[in-house]
Parts: sequence; structure tokens; C-alpha cells
Amino acid sequence: MLRRIAIVGASLAGLRAAETLRDRGFDGELTLIGDEPHRPYDRPPLSKQVLQGAWEPEQTFFRKKDGYDALALDMRLGVRAVSVDLRARRVALADGTNVDYDRLIIATGARPRTIPDMAPRTGLLVLRGLDDAIALRRAMMDAPRVAIIGGGFIGLEVAASCRARGLPVTVIEALPVPLSPILGPTLGDMVAAMHRDHGVDLRTGVVVTDVLGESRATGVALSDGSRFDADVVVVGIGVTPNTEWLEGSGLTIDNGLVCNASGEAAPGVYAAGDVARVANRWHGDAPRIEHWTNAVEQAVHAAENALAGPGASTSFSSVPYFWSDQYDRRIQFIGGARPHDEIRIVDGSLADRKLTALYRRGDRLVACLALNQPHALIKYRKLLAADASWKAALSGTAAS
Amino acid sequence: MKVVVDLSMCDLHGLCVDAAPEVFQIGDDGVLHVLLETPADGLRAKVDKAVRECPTGAISLEE
Repeated sequence: MLRRIAIVGASLAGLRAAETLRDRGFDGELTLIGDEPHRPYDRPPLSKQVLQGAWEPEQTFFRKKDGYDALALDMRLGVRAVSVDLRARRVALADGTNVDYDRLIIATGARPRTIPDMAPRTGLLVLRGLDDAIALRRAMMDAPRVAIIGGGFIGLEVAASCRARGLPVTVIEALPVPLSPILGPTLGDMVAAMHRDHGVDLRTGVVVTDVLGESRATGVALSDGSRFDADVVVVGIGVTPNTEWLEGSGLTIDNGLVCNASGEAAPGVYAAGDVARVANRWHGDAPRIEHWTNAVEQAVHAAENALAGPGASTSFSSVPYFWSDQYDRRIQFIGGARPHDEIRIVDGSLADRKLTALYRRGDRLVACLALNQPHALIKYRKLLAADASWKAALSGTAAS
Repeated sequence: MKVVVDLSMCDLHGLCVDAAPEVFQIGDDGVLHVLLETPADGLRAKVDKAVRECPTGAISLEE
């Protein structure tokens, strides 16, 4: 008999797990624990709508319409989980209280990586949470010169938001072509050109050797010997999964919390979202995936399996999907590409920056990118889920 | 249950079409169509999934 379910992590995955448990009729005690003081909010708008000033921070909150009464949650916000005792089925919180559970869902997410040995100072910022976005937006108000360390999706979205506000911005990316490990070099080049056309000073193939300034950031020094002034320095070099609180628990930690295909890290313990490495049948591996949609899918899956129990669990299989909004362009990407995959543009063109591209490895379709062509995705999502051949993808049918 | 879509919020991610193809469709006109406004209870789990997966929160259910 399931009476108590605890969810650690009160962001997207944690919330969706709670909603799914109630959707499926779980009427026992449901505790949602989050280390931020805020109710669950949506992260994608932080780098766009919030930074650009189109949204107030409160607009990112989930369940603005439905509220939380119907979920009947015991919400413990602003308090960190510090350890779990799997034998006693008990989570210890930083305020000295404990939460007992029959099932545990872990969704503690990830936090921004920082540059080693770099002292914190005014104007040196990251973007992950709502408070980060509020701080960065405030810093952007004074018309500063912005330097962004890291030309990944978060860095490039922040760059686009800076340009939307008319701020001069420099992006420093270690790779010769930004995003090339994810999108391939051809489309990475196109994204780079788009940013340069919008006035971003994009410097590739160099790394930051130092952030200048003592109590506040004043500039950046690069590996090519150059240095430039900046009032705000944003670090966007990836994230680290929040697993430290699980060390010594007996759970397997290896770049995230390792789970089987049921989303189970140990009997009765499930995980979802950025912290989790759930075996994914489509992927043939247990990757750690940091996408919005993955957090939802794994949360729903974990919640359903937590209720079903080991005998009735389903295996996770999902084609990864993410999107990124930059200027007036939306990149949507489904599947998983590698740098040497063949890329074929099957609709639109690089020149128009409106296109559908397919990725081939051997005789398989492995990914699809749609740039301002959202309707294309429906077809290729189906083909990817069906593990379609390259020939079938080109003819647009799953047969053969 | 009644499916309500706020089309002003729809960004055509298409995840609802994937979750519940019986209920949602994106037409050649590039607009999301609700094929079944009051789907049978048997579709409940699929429709719930569509609601949960919509990145813009454009889909809601009324009892």
C-alpha cells in the first residue's frame, strides 16, 4: 500500500511528477521539496522573455490558472535535501526535519558549471534560476558591455536577448564552430553567421584565461593574448548534475543518477530530468539529457512506474527533442546527431535561414533540424520514433 | 472532459500531436486543430500527456 511519496526537486520534472501522480489517482501524502524559495517556474522564458523585459519574473510560474490546492501537496520550499537513507526510506532536509516515503522521485536537476579558481565578483553572473535571471536583467539595465563565456544554447540565447536590448555583446566560444557537436558544422556555421549579422562579436577557437577586475568584473582576457572590457560577464559553459546529496546513499552516481529503463535508481527510488540518466530504448544508452521535454517525459514515466510497481513498469523510450529561440528564428531539433553525420537539407535553404535538415548515419535517419519550419517536425518525429531508414526518410514514409 | 486550446499561445511544437494523435492535428494550414473536443475517457492518459508536455501551456482540460 502506497501512502507516502516524496519528490525532491521542485522544478519542471518534480512538478510534472506530482501532477501525474494525482492525475493517476494517488491520494496519499505527497511531499514536494525544493531548495529555491520559489514555487515551480518555467526556465526557457528566463533567457528570452524575462531578459528582454517582455515578461515579469512572476509570469514564469507554473499553474497560474489552476493553482496548487487541487494537488494537495506538502510543499517544502527553500529547503535543501541533504541525504537519503534508502533502508529507512527517509530523506533528511537541511532544516533538520525528515520526510519518510514509500516511493521517492529524485529530480534535483543541475547547476551551472563555473570556471575553476575564479573568485566570485560583482558582474560575474550565470543564468539558471529565476534569481539569476532577475540579477542579470538588473545588470543589463545599465546599458553595459556584455561578455558571454560559452557559445552554447544558453550563451547564444542570452546574446540574442542582449542585442534585442541594444547592448554590445561579445561571445567567446572554445570550439571553432559553435554548436557543432550538436548541430553539425554546417548548421553551426549558419547560427554563427546569424549572430554576427545581428551585431554579436563572436570569437571562436579561443578560451578565456582570466576575468579581469577585483571586486567587480571589468573585462576578459583570452588565450590569443587579447583582452577587452566588459561590465557584465556571463558564464554559460554547461551544467553539473546535483547529486552530491546522494553520495554515500548507495545509489550509483556517474555524471548523474544512473537508472534502469523503468527510471528506477534503486527499488522504490525513481529519477527524472537533468539529474537522471535513464536507460532509453530509442537511444540505446542511458544519456543525461538536459532538455525541457525530456524532464516532462521522464517525470511522467517515473510517476507512472512508481504507482505501478516493479512488476508492471514500462520501459522508457523517447526521441530527444529541444528547441532554441534566437532573434526571429526557432531551431527545433529532434533525435541525436554526431559531428560526422551526413546532413541533407530537404526543404528551404541556408541562405533563407529557413529550412529542414535531416541527419544520416549509415542507412538510418538519426536526427532532424527544423529552422522556422515547425510543421516538418511532426513527420520526422514519427519517422525517428519508428527508427526509419534514410531511404524511407527521404521518401517521407516509414515503410521500407 | 473538454479540451481547450488557447491558439494565441500555441507555438506548434507538435508534442500534443505526438501524445494524442486522435485528438490533435497540425494541418497543412500550419494551425493546430482539435479533432475531438470531448474525447472519450479512454483517451484520458494520452490527453493528460499532451497537456503536461505542451511547452507553452496552451492546452487545458475542463471537466
